[in-house]
Amino acid sequence: MTENQNQQPLIRVENLSKTFTLHVQGDARIPVFADLSLEVATGECVALYGPSGTGKSTLLRSLYANYKPGGGHVWVRHGDDWVDMATAAPHRVLEVRRETMGYVSQFLRVIPRVSARDIVAEPLHALGRDLEAARAKAEVLLERLNIPEAMWDLAPATFSGGEQQRVNIARGFAVDYPILLLDEPTASLDAGNRAVVVELIREAKARGSALVGIFHDDEVREAVADRIFDVEAGALAA
Amino acid sequence: MNSASPLLRVNNLSHAFGNLLACSDISFELHSGEVLGVVGESGSGKTTLLNCLSARLMPTNGIVEYDLRDRGLTDIYALSEPERRFLLRTDWGVVMQNPRDGLRMGVSAGGNVGERLMAVGARHYGEIRGEAESWLSKVEMDLGRIDDAPKHFSGGMQQRLQIARNLVTKPRLIFMDEPTGGLDVSVQARLLDLLRGLVRELKLSAIIVTHDLAVARLLADRLMVMKDGKVVETGLTDQVLDDPHHPYTQLLVSSVLQV
Ligand SMILES: Nc1ncnc2c1ncn2[C@@H]1O[C@H](COP(=O)(O)OP(=O)(O)OP(=O)(O)O)[C@@H](O)[C@H]1O
Ligand SMILES: Nc1ncnc2c1ncn2[C@@H]1O[C@H](COP(=O)(O)OP(=O)(O)OP(=O)(O)O)[C@@H](O)[C@H]1O
Ligand SMILES: [Mg+2]
Ligand SMILES: [Mg+2]
Repeated sequence: MTENQNQQPLIRVENLSKTFTLHVQGDARIPVFADLSLEVATGECVALYGPSGTGKSTLLRSLYANYKPGGGHVWVRHGDDWVDMATAAPHRVLEVRRETMGYVSQFLRVIPRVSARDIVAEPLHALGRDLEAARAKAEVLLERLNIPEAMWDLAPATFSGGEQQRVNIARGFAVDYPILLLDEPTASLDAGNRAVVVELIREAKARGSALVGIFHDDEVREAVADRIFDVEAGALAA
Repeated sequence: MNSASPLLRVNNLSHAFGNLLACSDISFELHSGEVLGVVGESGSGKTTLLNCLSARLMPTNGIVEYDLRDRGLTDIYALSEPERRFLLRTDWGVVMQNPRDGLRMGVSAGGNVGERLMAVGARHYGEIRGEAESWLSKVEMDLGRIDDAPKHFSGGMQQRLQIARNLVTKPRLIFMDEPTGGLDVSVQARLLDLLRGLVRELKLSAIIVTHDLAVARLLADRLMVMKDGKVVETGLTDQVLDDPHHPYTQLLVSSVLQV
């Protein structure tokens, strides 16, 4: 917790708020958080904490600009610039996602007819790395995550939940993103594969990445997190 | 990287058919390499908008500017007719919903692709043929059919041929109206996969009209949601689909199973 205190921040969340309004259900309002602030430094992993429904995933998705916050800012260090994901133009957000910020969602979104290898290689290839090199990196990750080689050429639509999850994790780690967001990456994994994910996270920290994650598994959380951020308290404290 | 000037800039575009306002006050920018999806219910003005953007229907109001290679952002309706036609043949591609409108049904498959190269000045028969063959195999067409006219092709084959015909001149911007409409699901998946690969490989910019949110999710970086001729919501594709704000978008997203 202390070793990173003087490190420079890569993420600065300021006074973020999010309320859903469900127009198809009588305009019901679901306030999730308000006035939430958080900083994450290089080499640091922050675990979001709180009971089910407090808004952990909502916060993570807001950092990635998958959800649009109602107010506040999500500043991220993008090269030499600071970009506010809450207000940046779409093409700028896409650029940040391509180069700076990765996100491992809780479930893999399968792409029809695209092989596991290519799903993993895609983000690296999109960054300009040639296809063969991107595929080679993908294979290393799939191997580390114990996806049998015979499955690399298959589209993951038929994979088991845990296998899909591992493909998803491999995709998230294919690029050495300076910032990485993880939504329950180990939820459906066995102990052996959880250990691999812990290793991957530690390597990313050692490279200087800033990570924000949700880890239901206490053991995993303790193994990787430098700090815990209580979403409810964080929103109240500000 | 592409924070600079846009490829296409649309300001306050409206189009009326008589007193029916098909598109109303639409403004947006498209940057190089971006894929914009246009979604909305039948009759909401998607095709009308696409026609106005692609220099095929003069809007009643507003300006469509395109970044011409030699002149920068230029009002496309201020161009002369031959200049506009040249633009459509070289820098742009238009894939029509009905392949019949986008292909020459009596001309061979190879000819459909080759004549686009000739229109931009290619003269060497062998090279034209070779380029046509390479594009036909890119869109997974059986080269044994290269001398057949598309009128007897299946819908999926016709659509793939239309894509080859439009991409052979290496356009920068491509307009597509329901590219997977009217095809059965397995053919759709194959076509989508093809389009997705080509868009990435060629770094194409594209505007794709579709009523299918799954297609939009797969192909588009950004979405524009239309209702009654107006744009009611825009944003990154995953943002619009996962966190829709406008009541109409919420209805649209909640009425399909999972996208
Ligand atoms: N896209 C959405 N549209 C409407 N409401 C949403 C949406 N996403 C989340 N919510 C609501 O926001 C609240 C917070 O949900 P969130 O998924 O962030 O919780 P969480 O802390 O991640 O919970 P869990 O531990 O169960 O995953 C919930 O009430 C949820 O219903
Ligand atoms: N040439 C025309 N003359 C008169 N009205 C037209 C013409 N073309 C379109 N319209 C009308 O303009 C409105 C918008 O039509 P448009 O074809 O743009 O809709 P769309 O969103 O593409 O619908 P769909 O999903 O059914 O293709 C409709 O009410 C249509 O009847
Ligand atoms: Mg959650
Ligand atoms: Mg139409």
